[in-house]
Amino acid sequence: MTLVLNEDQLMFRDAAKRFAAERAPISQLRELRDSHDPVGFKRDVWKEMAEMGWAGVLIPEEFGGFGFGFVGAGLIAEEIGRNLSATPFLSTAILGATALLKGGTSSHKETLLPQIASGEAIVALASDERTRHAPLSISATATSSAGKYTLNGRKLHVLDGHVADWLIVSARTSGDANARDGISLFLVNAKAPGVTITRMPIVDSRNAAYVELKDVSVSAEDLLGEVDKGATILEAVLDAGRAVLAAELLGVSSEAFERTLAYLREREQFGVKIGSFQALQHRAAHLFCEIELLRSVCLRALQALDAQEPSAARYVCLAKARASEVARIATNEAVQMHGGIGMTDEFDIGFFMKRARAAAETFGDAFYHTDRYAQMSGY
Amino acid sequence: MTAQPQTETPALEAFRREVRAWLEANCPPEMRQPVVDDSDVCWGGRNWKFKNEAQKVWLERMAERGWTVPEWPKEYGGGGLSKDEARILREEMAALNCRPPLTSFGISMLGPALLKYGSEAQKREHIPKIVRGEIRWCQGYSEPGAGSDLASLKTRAEDKGDHFLVNGSKIWTSYGDKADWIFCLVRTDFTAKKQEGISFLLFDMTTPGVSTRPIRLISGYSPFTQTFFDNVKVPKENLVGELNKGWTIAKYLLTHERNMIGGMGLGLRVGGTMTVGQLAVKNIGLANGRLAETALRTEIARFEMDAQAFALTMSRIQDEAKAGNETGAMSSMLKYYGTELNKRRAELMMSVSGTEGLKFSDTPSEGDLAPIWLRTRANSIEGGTSEIQLNIIAKNVLRLPSR
Repeated sequence: MTLVLNEDQLMFRDAAKRFAAERAPISQLRELRDSHDPVGFKRDVWKEMAEMGWAGVLIPEEFGGFGFGFVGAGLIAEEIGRNLSATPFLSTAILGATALLKGGTSSHKETLLPQIASGEAIVALASDERTRHAPLSISATATSSAGKYTLNGRKLHVLDGHVADWLIVSARTSGDANARDGISLFLVNAKAPGVTITRMPIVDSRNAAYVELKDVSVSAEDLLGEVDKGATILEAVLDAGRAVLAAELLGVSSEAFERTLAYLREREQFGVKIGSFQALQHRAAHLFCEIELLRSVCLRALQALDAQEPSAARYVCLAKARASEVARIATNEAVQMHGGIGMTDEFDIGFFMKRARAAAETFGDAFYHTDRYAQMSGY
Repeated sequence: MTAQPQTETPALEAFRREVRAWLEANCPPEMRQPVVDDSDVCWGGRNWKFKNEAQKVWLERMAERGWTVPEWPKEYGGGGLSKDEARILREEMAALNCRPPLTSFGISMLGPALLKYGSEAQKREHIPKIVRGEIRWCQGYSEPGAGSDLASLKTRAEDKGDHFLVNGSKIWTSYGDKADWIFCLVRTDFTAKKQEGISFLLFDMTTPGVSTRPIRLISGYSPFTQTFFDNVKVPKENLVGELNKGWTIAKYLLTHERNMIGGMGLGLRVGGTMTVGQLAVKNIGLANGRLAETALRTEIARFEMDAQAFALTMSRIQDEAKAGNETGAMSSMLKYYGTELNKRRAELMMSVSGTEGLKFSDTPSEGDLAPIWLRTRANSIEGGTSEIQLNIIAKNVLRLPSR
């Protein structure tokens, strides 16, 4: 395995680059925000993304997908990050598709995966309950009787929850509130009685929601994977999301950095270009190095997921930690180096800082993954 | 799309079998022990004292095949191997724990520059002696008044018809007192713009007028000398490349030096074979499954994550180079980041070792941390400071304006 892209991947990336810039640019996100759009993305654009192979990027061809794997998904995510494209790509094409591929019955796969790949179905992961990411800390309950489960609980930060057709819900079928064993995953119709979804507007103008489950009845066929053993699938779903988010943050960092470089080359103060000041040059040069390292770890993590390497989780952890931190620095430096204009809403650079913060908090930030990395290293 | 494990062609597989068999038959057991100190790896030269017979035999056998410099052309004594064959040789040597048969500035710095810029006669004269470890080279670059501003160097070489007359002094000459020959930057045009009056000369350190004085460092070691030239006569044929065009060669050679120093961020295990994390667990212990000192734990984890990210970046850049993509500008990044990492590693090893790490004497013994910690402080100074590397990145990679 080499850490370079092949011809197919380069062509795929170039197509994604053109498409995101033309059909889902930052101006579209701004317009959705300003008009308080009830959906939060353009449904027709998501259909076009599906035609480009984005919605089915992880889904094998036999289920109507494109089968381009995580490296392919990362290439899309990087362009989404560069353009801050409003899209249910992460919730549906990555988290939803991975949950069904890892835990779905053949009937789930045959019916739902083609609907995801075609852009018809929106799927959301409803798992986190704590405001700091703690994926195994699950108090929602699923009680079994007469071949059915009854779900109760409250979920937060459910990406695209308010427009989802289907929810992937984690709930406890046994065990204590923080135990790894005893978690089960369920496929729940978002319109089922007892499901209440409340949109939570967040700082990056993307979509998140609270989900309340009150005596929601689910058939035993809609259990994803084995009862009590859902943590393994949940971790795979989260790692898929983390790796793709890391790639998105690589795009966010790179774009914010390049826009800042352009500004440093043109803005004049004291009669010279501000990019000639060494105080700014050294910070920019250091940031360049950090972004180059991020590019390496993102690609390695995505390759490890594709190859199903045993050490994939460690690479993903490394990538999400670094991506969260580098994007934080890159976007903060971008605002600082733009000076006053960087603080205005009219100027786009602030959007990158907002997205960097929201994406960092999603599925574990640099602190969370640094702690996780240390634990994986035996200390 | 899943990544395929690397598969070799049948020819390369056969080469691998042949290499392994040859190494097994020819690498003495003593040369398959971990390298502990400087004298465990041969630096060559007229005055090298082999540590044992095995070190001598190992050098001779490898040099015979040109495998001290596997990728250099066969016509000058090199191994003539392709990149893939050289990689296989490295992998097989690593698998059998073979020590490098020879390390030297001739291999890592002068050789590549001479192969690119030297005359046919210079290559025939000097390259085979580097390959066989017969001549040990040192580098005459920095001067007391020319450190980061290297191009302002003042050592003069005057044209005296059949020879140059060299006067001046160099500083930070690594192993200047042990070297046989020097490659040296000298000023040959005293009126031109500073970069355009520099030439690249080679001469024997035993030439009358050359003297050295060791420099004792904060670490207690004296690996560097100040080197003095007092009316040193250097034959005209020892000029490499064109007169006054030495700066181009100097920069090319610096790229090799930076890659070598930057690479230290990777392999070097300051203070034995344990990682920082492992040593921390040994010295501090765990509480509830986590290192008992949590603030230190975070710093260690951040360091180890950055080190892994850096290692992956070294691999990626090598892969990019193999794929024919442009990577030239990356050497400053590797030098900057690799050396800063190496310094962080040494700081953390000191912290994790506590007061035991402070042990210090005139004759450091194996495993003493403090001298190594002090030595690593130079990493971000030698071969161009971190600040100079950031300047180069800002100018050449980011294309930021200069004043």
